Amino acid sequence: MLDLLPKHIFLSDPLSLFFLFVIFIVSLPSAIYSFGYLKGEYPLKKIILSWFLLAIFILSMAAVVTAGNVLVFLVAWEMMSLASYFLVVFDTTHERSIKAGTIYVVMTQIGAAFLIAAFMIMYSYARSFDLFALKNACLAMPAQTKNIIFVSLLIGFGTKAGIVPLHIWLPYAHPQAPSHISSIMSGVMIKTAIYGIIRFVMFILGVSAAWWGVLVLILAVISCLVGVIYALMEHDIKKLLAYHSVENIGIILLGVGLAMFFTSQGLPYLAVFSLMAGLYHLVNHAIFKGLLFLCAGSVYKATGTRDIEKLGGLIKTMPYTAAYFLLGAMAISALPPLNGFVSEWLTLQAFFLGALNVIGGTKLFLGFCAVMLALTSGLAAACFVKAFGITFLAGPRSHYAKEAKEVSLSMKAGMFFLSLLTIVFGLAATMIIRYLTRAAGSAMDIDISHMQFSLNNITLNPQAGKSIYLSPPLLALVLLVLGITGLVIFCAWRRKRSVRHNTWDCGYYRLDARNEYTATAFSKPFRIAFSFFLLPYRKTQKIRESFYHVRSFTYETHTIQVFKKYLYDPVLVLVFRSAKSMRRLQPGSIHLYLMYIFITIILLIVFMRWF
Amino acid sequence: MNKILLLTLQLAFFITVAPLLSGLITKIKNNIRMREGQSVFQPYYNLVKLFSKSEVISGTASWIFRSAPFVVFSSTLTAALLIPVFIFTSPAHTMGDLLAMVFIFALGRFFLALAALDTGSSFGGMGSSREMFISSLVEPALCMVIFAVSLQFGSTDISTFSGAHAISVSSIIAALALFLVSIAETSRIPVDNQETHLELTMVHEAMVLEYSGRPLALIEMASYIKQMVFFFLIAQIVFPICLPSYENLAQAFSWASWYCVRIILISIAAALVEVAVAKMRLLRVADFLEFAFVLGVIACVCAIVGV
Repeated sequence: MLDLLPKHIFLSDPLSLFFLFVIFIVSLPSAIYSFGYLKGEYPLKKIILSWFLLAIFILSMAAVVTAGNVLVFLVAWEMMSLASYFLVVFDTTHERSIKAGTIYVVMTQIGAAFLIAAFMIMYSYARSFDLFALKNACLAMPAQTKNIIFVSLLIGFGTKAGIVPLHIWLPYAHPQAPSHISSIMSGVMIKTAIYGIIRFVMFILGVSAAWWGVLVLILAVISCLVGVIYALMEHDIKKLLAYHSVENIGIILLGVGLAMFFTSQGLPYLAVFSLMAGLYHLVNHAIFKGLLFLCAGSVYKATGTRDIEKLGGLIKTMPYTAAYFLLGAMAISALPPLNGFVSEWLTLQAFFLGALNVIGGTKLFLGFCAVMLALTSGLAAACFVKAFGITFLAGPRSHYAKEAKEVSLSMKAGMFFLSLLTIVFGLAATMIIRYLTRAAGSAMDIDISHMQFSLNNITLNPQAGKSIYLSPPLLALVLLVLGITGLVIFCAWRRKRSVRHNTWDCGYYRLDARNEYTATAFSKPFRIAFSFFLLPYRKTQKIRESFYHVRSFTYETHTIQVFKKYLYDPVLVLVFRSAKSMRRLQPGSIHLYLMYIFITIILLIVFMRWF
Repeated sequence: MNKILLLTLQLAFFITVAPLLSGLITKIKNNIRMREGQSVFQPYYNLVKLFSKSEVISGTASWIFRSAPFVVFSSTLTAALLIPVFIFTSPAHTMGDLLAMVFIFALGRFFLALAALDTGSSFGGMGSSREMFISSLVEPALCMVIFAVSLQFGSTDISTFSGAHAISVSSIIAALALFLVSIAETSRIPVDNQETHLELTMVHEAMVLEYSGRPLALIEMASYIKQMVFFFLIAQIVFPICLPSYENLAQAFSWASWYCVRIILISIAAALVEVAVAKMRLLRVADFLEFAFVLGVIACVCAIVGV
């Protein structure tokens, strides 16, 4: 008898509760923010529609992370995808929205197909859709089947998470949605895929081979680097942030993959620690990416453009938004004592501690992953110096930027809440780690009662008698005390009047916004250094009055999206070509169609009879 | 209370000695070039001069520009506190480890790069872009060094290194890699040149071009201290000789002086490199740092093999 009536419709273990918390901690400020954001941007009817879709979106995400049954999970998953699709194409007037939506929905459905395949295989063993029944069934599953399920789940969830090379939809879809939706999509929705990987691969399927973890680690490293390098090249502020989501999903997956790897190596303590680091980065990314998207939305609302080349000087006209964006940028660049710093430090330490406990060449592999993470964090810092500096500092480079006004109170409130959290989640690290360890332990069925953390410091014990400390509150205190001491001495010393003067212009006297450094110029060294991957090319055009005098000169530089050009475009061409040849089957002749029906019936009869 | 006293002492030590170190390197460089050169105390005179001048601030600059010197100064000093100087463990060692120190330095650099963009001058932007480019390439090399050290000593806690007795191949190679990294971090030839204001080559100097007066003094001070922190780290790794573990001030000072000898040796090496090598093109810096990275990998392999 089919067991369709579920025993657990919803479950509430620490892992699910943690993800619920993440969903609501970002959704709440985004919803508050949307009051101000939607006002004046859309007609009233559309605003009501957007609230309706937002409610469905948030509820379906909540259902995804609490579903205790695969059917409930899948229904919620599809609802989440559909609701977010409608929100991506919300600006129906833009053709770009439609295109972004189409790419998004196609990729999502391909992912969902892989998920359904994986669930069906699991079901064929368990004869039930209940998660715990599946978990029991997976114990007796042959290794080959497990591998197939793992790969399908990885592709299915990886599409949603935006792992390279399945990230292709992310930079289209996330920027196109209204900003509070981008913030929820980037901050939370892609995390439901991480939930899926933890829940279905680690909790239900159980890690059975070392290469699973290694595969996830390699994909994660690639995602980190590809995400951040593309982000560096981007000067659409929301697209830049979307690429950073790819990067940060990579960092989260480093923690998750490491946990899988350590599980297969029989190191449960380290597995819990790594998963905890991954989860910590997950909630941190939700907070600061949510914040950054809200700030980007404010900039868009105030100036009407997302191109940072046309902005500049906004710190004077939009001081609050600038301050919030700065906090978000510092957090994502892993600067102490904010939250991103703590979780990146923990992830790096997970690699370092792991390297002390494995043998031989594996040490070096873990070292390389850690180094790639360090490179990523360095590039991310560079990218956010660019994003903040070019957008908010120096002088305005267009009249949009010059006439920008600070945004309304509800928008500021939403941003304020999240920027406060970047500080809180940095300083209260010990408490959060304690909770996350519990969540990670429950996700992997590992008893964590013997693991201890002291209250004010994070203390790790790599080997007996040695310990590593980190204390974000102490660090913050020392930074603050030294900074203030410096300031006091500075002010107390016979104060001289400071003079305001123009920026030094080499005696040219006509320095204006056109002389400022742009995002394209800023990223030039990176473009050259990574040219083997970015394949940059330039278009120049000179309009001459005579041979000696050039009247105008245009310069464009572009990079080639290798994944699009060499992976997706050939597939698309193939699809269209086969569709064209399939069209011959459908010439419009009713006789032919009757024959198709007839053949189908014959085949069905034969099939039913013999199989 | 004793702890706070020691910490204050350590801060004072770094602030007073760091300019001397820079003056010393310049002096050695000049002597190698057969020049008389400026006095060893020239950096102090410069600081005093800058401190007594009024500052000129660009009209386009915002509060980022004004706050950056303090952030740079306080983050550098915070990093300096993590180093055990007088006793076996730094009094502030629960604050963070070697990895945390990398992130603390990143904080100061982030603000300085923003301040450079703040004035709207193309020099600032150029410096900021180049600095972030170099530093993002420094990061993997530095991380590899820390990884090798962690494999060698079993921890990233800085006091663990000073507790180790033996000198090993791995730590010497790691120290060499760290030396190359410190050249990049302290903007010395062949990565950057502290002595010129030539727009084609300057990196750090381009970033601080708009600063004057006391804020400039703070930034200069911070870069002296940063250099000293790096030299101390190298001294920890090449000559990992135990420092006394009890808080006896008299003995602490004797160890500090022994420390100074090692630091002077490293300064001579830095001066020699600056005199002997020509400045590299910006994009060649990537190769230079790759070399440091590869040295780090070798140090790792040595640590794994156990030599």
